[in-house]
Amino acid sequence: MTTTRAALAASVDPATRAALDELLLSMADDEFVIGFSDSEWTGIAPLLEEDVAMSSLAQDELGHAAALYTLLAEVRADGRDADAIAYDRSPDEYRHARLLDHGRGDWAMTIARRYLYDTADGARLGGLVASSFSPLRELVDKIRREERYHVMHATTWLERLAAREGEPRERLLAALEELAPDAATVVAPLAGEERLVEAGVLAEPMAVLEARWRATITPLFVHLGLPMPPVAAHPDRSRTDHREPFRWLWSEFTSVRRSDAVATW
Amino acid sequence: MALERVHVGPSVGRGGDVVTAVTATGLASPPTAADLMIALAEVADPEIPGISIVDLGIVHRADVTADGRIEVELLPTFIGCPAIDAIRLAASDRLATFGRPVDVSITFEVPWTSERITAGGRRRLRESGFAPPAEPHEVRCPFCDSANVTMDNAFGPTLCRSLFYCRTCRQPFESFKAI
Repeated sequence: MTTTRAALAASVDPATRAALDELLLSMADDEFVIGFSDSEWTGIAPLLEEDVAMSSLAQDELGHAAALYTLLAEVRADGRDADAIAYDRSPDEYRHARLLDHGRGDWAMTIARRYLYDTADGARLGGLVASSFSPLRELVDKIRREERYHVMHATTWLERLAAREGEPRERLLAALEELAPDAATVVAPLAGEERLVEAGVLAEPMAVLEARWRATITPLFVHLGLPMPPVAAHPDRSRTDHREPFRWLWSEFTSVRRSDAVATW
Repeated sequence: MALERVHVGPSVGRGGDVVTAVTATGLASPPTAADLMIALAEVADPEIPGISIVDLGIVHRADVTADGRIEVELLPTFIGCPAIDAIRLAASDRLATFGRPVDVSITFEVPWTSERITAGGRRRLRESGFAPPAEPHEVRCPFCDSANVTMDNAFGPTLCRSLFYCRTCRQPFESFKAI
């Protein structure tokens, strides 16, 4: 129950709580931003089935974001609710991975981004299934069951686009090339993560989860003859300094809230 | 000490009369957990009227606290399920007929999984034209029980359902996702 969760959050020591804040905010912002990007396909996806699928994926991700923001609000306990965290920030204050900063793009870009995100997010969730912070562990257990369908969807489409010579494969390769420098930003090291590992909130450092993610996707990339995202040092701005497409998306998803912050809808 | 039988609560219309024993001291004897579950079994899923929230395994806990409040915890089928608030309100309304403070909350303490749907719930799903949850290759047509079905889309009209087509009776249908 909420009271128990709030009490648990209050019992976390300040150093761990600061790192937990970073972790929850980055996860929630990731799900929120990819959910909104997916929802841009509602009504205009290339197939009716995909219209339904992308809308459903978006709904799942926004649901996960809402649950994570709610947990973060309990950890912060500063009187601001999930909506306030989700909407009342400037674009520079969002902490989603730069992988999600490329705009909707075409269908191949959407599939490439979804595949890279879903698999990297899967590695991150894998590092949290045994978390010592039980409210997060419980949520992750639930999220993983739903994400299984996301990975199935992205994998099916990645295979379909890669297997078709000509425009489908060319567009997929172009999308992977554009995303390559940011592909691993979902599992980039987080400020204070060593504290989280020490406290058992996170099982392993992000570098280990990144290696696991690469091992997961390598067989399919090799099989399809696709270039693996390069291994490189993570820049400090993996989750900051967001680009123009995100600023446009931000202006979209905050527009109603900014027009009337206290409206009930 | 004479027991007086009285109607308690704002409405006794939903689901029949609720009669509670009241002692001479004016304290109603509390409903048992079983009473609460029987009442909750009258709360239908807002999207599939033939099946209740108890059938679906959404009710995690239903108790009366030491100080006499009714506390219920529900498990969302999917985290982003937009029906969960409607379900919470419908459950609160139904339990209000016991005439006690009611607190219905949402928890993730254990994950809702499709295994939680009861045998009766699975039967009622089929009767309503939905295939009960199964791995995609094990889904059978709820109309003719054929295994000769194809999945048109893992994502259906709600988060918890996928779209299938039966090649035997040529009927499209929806199946609950196995999660």
